[in-house]
Amino acid sequence: MEKMPKWADVLLIPLISLVIAFALSGLVIVAIGEDPVAAVSLMIKGALGSTYGWGYTLYYATNFIFTGLAVSVAFHARLFNIGGEGQATLGGLGVAMVCLYVPWPHWSMALPAAMVAAALFGAAWAAIPAWLQAKRGSHIVITTIMFNFISAALLNYLLVNLMRPPRSMDPATAKFPEATHLPTLHDMLAPIGINFSKAAPANISLLFALLACVLVWALIWRTRLGYEIRAYGQSERAAVYAGISPVRITMLAMLISGALAGLMAINNVMGEAERLVMNAPEGAGFIGIAVALMGRNHPFGVLLAALLFGFLYQGGSQVALWTSIPRELIVVIQALVILFTGALDNMVRMPLERLFLSLRKGKS
Amino acid sequence: MDFVTALQIADSTVRLATPLLLACLAGLYSERAGIFDIGLEGKMLAAAFLSGAVAAVTGNVWIGLLGGIAASMALSVVHGLASITFRGNQLISGVAINFLASGLTVVIAQDWFEQGGRTPSLIGGARFTPITLPFADALAGVPVLGPIYKELISGHTILVYIAFLMVPATWWLLYRTRFGLRLRAVGEAPEAVDTAGISVIGIRYMAVGICGVLCGVAGAYMATALQAGFVQEMTAGRGYVALAALIFAKWRPWHALWATLLFGFLQAVALRYQNIDLGGFTVPVQVMDALPYILTVLILAGFVGKAIPPRAGGAPYVKER
Repeated sequence: MEKMPKWADVLLIPLISLVIAFALSGLVIVAIGEDPVAAVSLMIKGALGSTYGWGYTLYYATNFIFTGLAVSVAFHARLFNIGGEGQATLGGLGVAMVCLYVPWPHWSMALPAAMVAAALFGAAWAAIPAWLQAKRGSHIVITTIMFNFISAALLNYLLVNLMRPPRSMDPATAKFPEATHLPTLHDMLAPIGINFSKAAPANISLLFALLACVLVWALIWRTRLGYEIRAYGQSERAAVYAGISPVRITMLAMLISGALAGLMAINNVMGEAERLVMNAPEGAGFIGIAVALMGRNHPFGVLLAALLFGFLYQGGSQVALWTSIPRELIVVIQALVILFTGALDNMVRMPLERLFLSLRKGKS
Repeated sequence: MDFVTALQIADSTVRLATPLLLACLAGLYSERAGIFDIGLEGKMLAAAFLSGAVAAVTGNVWIGLLGGIAASMALSVVHGLASITFRGNQLISGVAINFLASGLTVVIAQDWFEQGGRTPSLIGGARFTPITLPFADALAGVPVLGPIYKELISGHTILVYIAFLMVPATWWLLYRTRFGLRLRAVGEAPEAVDTAGISVIGIRYMAVGICGVLCGVAGAYMATALQAGFVQEMTAGRGYVALAALIFAKWRPWHALWATLLFGFLQAVALRYQNIDLGGFTVPVQVMDALPYILTVLILAGFVGKAIPPRAGGAPYVKER
């Protein structure tokens, strides 16, 4: 017998966890002497009150969709990929190499190549921890954390010593050529008569992020491989008994996960910065963890959670601009969301299960 | 390399290894009891902030130290609640704690001091000062041994000596006391400990508590001894290096000392030399930065001896019904 109805599991628990996380964040705002209601209304105005705000919200959300999907695909195989940050960094390297070293006539030809490079580099960076987990039994959490640091050092070396243009002090590559610049939402919506902010960085990558949601959904719930990934995640022993190879599933799930994290680079490196800088993902790889946990590892949930975090990011930067609430408050909110929807899940679940059980007893 | 340079690097190794050693031993208690802790970084950071803040306000470094331990303990309680009481995922809880510390320290520091997320610089009694061991100055003239005693062994803050004394203390506690036996058993076979009528939950909370105290001392050392005050993200991944050292040491106290000294040495060398010239081949500084992590991956992969974690690590304990 199910302890509680499905809607409570899918909707009620994450909702209650979120309410707790946001209530605590509100208390932090009160504690530093600011007005949480004013902060929220400022956030809504800053993030959703103009096409400029929307453009940033959607830009951030695009990053978080890719990294959130990356974490959730690995989660389905019960693998915790904390390495999204490093994989996205390497994805950026792939994008930069494609954009800088190949003379592209038009962005529509550069973009597919950049996507392939981003996915390949991200997957390659996930492949080593995956192989070590599958073949040598080294814990994927620790190795992916280590690979985040190694990727930072690697990029630091490449930018400072090899890719930095001559006579430049800045540890960054040269600007990508004009022909590789992606169309922004302003460019895309102007022909149909919508005047979208020109300054906002949201670009065509958003459509590919949405497409990735659909493809991941189809992969996980409509293909044989997706079934095997879920079966392996549910019970390794049962999966092995059914003839599913743990090595194959671990490798494939992590390769897909790394490729998705790497793909983020078409948005932040190719779409926004238009050059490769140090620490390009800016923590989006880690936000993917919060997004995946909040979205219950379902692509639609990931989409909603990514939009929420995109809103928090853009709204938070506006709040930091106009009040004394620092930008780092978003990190606190992110931590509380991870804590309550991830680690303290049972704190909400146990009392609710008891409640539903007693309700059912009362009925029968 | 001359003698003086070698001595300076050794001295700097000791200073830089101290926070790693404290955090590594902290992780050792927790993980030996079966609670994975990737939140060492966050606990150190929180402790660094609160110790720096309290020391700056009170002007007394000892009260600052207590503040640091309190901050770290608070996060330990969160980790204990999530991973022991509510049987949540210990890794996710650790990730959350790291972000919580990273965000809260800056938010609170900005609110309290309005100096861009740092605490005021600590002066005088608000900082741990170096201790000169007896006869250090008198013996300085003795060739070789004199300078080693004066520069390397003497002249550190009290926390450095505490950290190094913690190594034999931990060894004794884990391998020579009843509590230590139970703690190790809880990490290997909690059902056996439960059968013997000892509370698995109690022992695990105690281990997580000890971890909190040691992380608190490590963080306080960062802000009040190694540097003079807290700055944003000042632990800079040291919690993860300590975690790497713990695996490198295969969860054993004396090996933890050697591992953290090695990683401290790497940091000291990276700090002193930008690029190292090895007879025509230059080792870039980034390789030195990445070396602890690369070494850990190699160890984990079992290419340099196999690291086997405590058997019950990461799994919440559920009494059989």
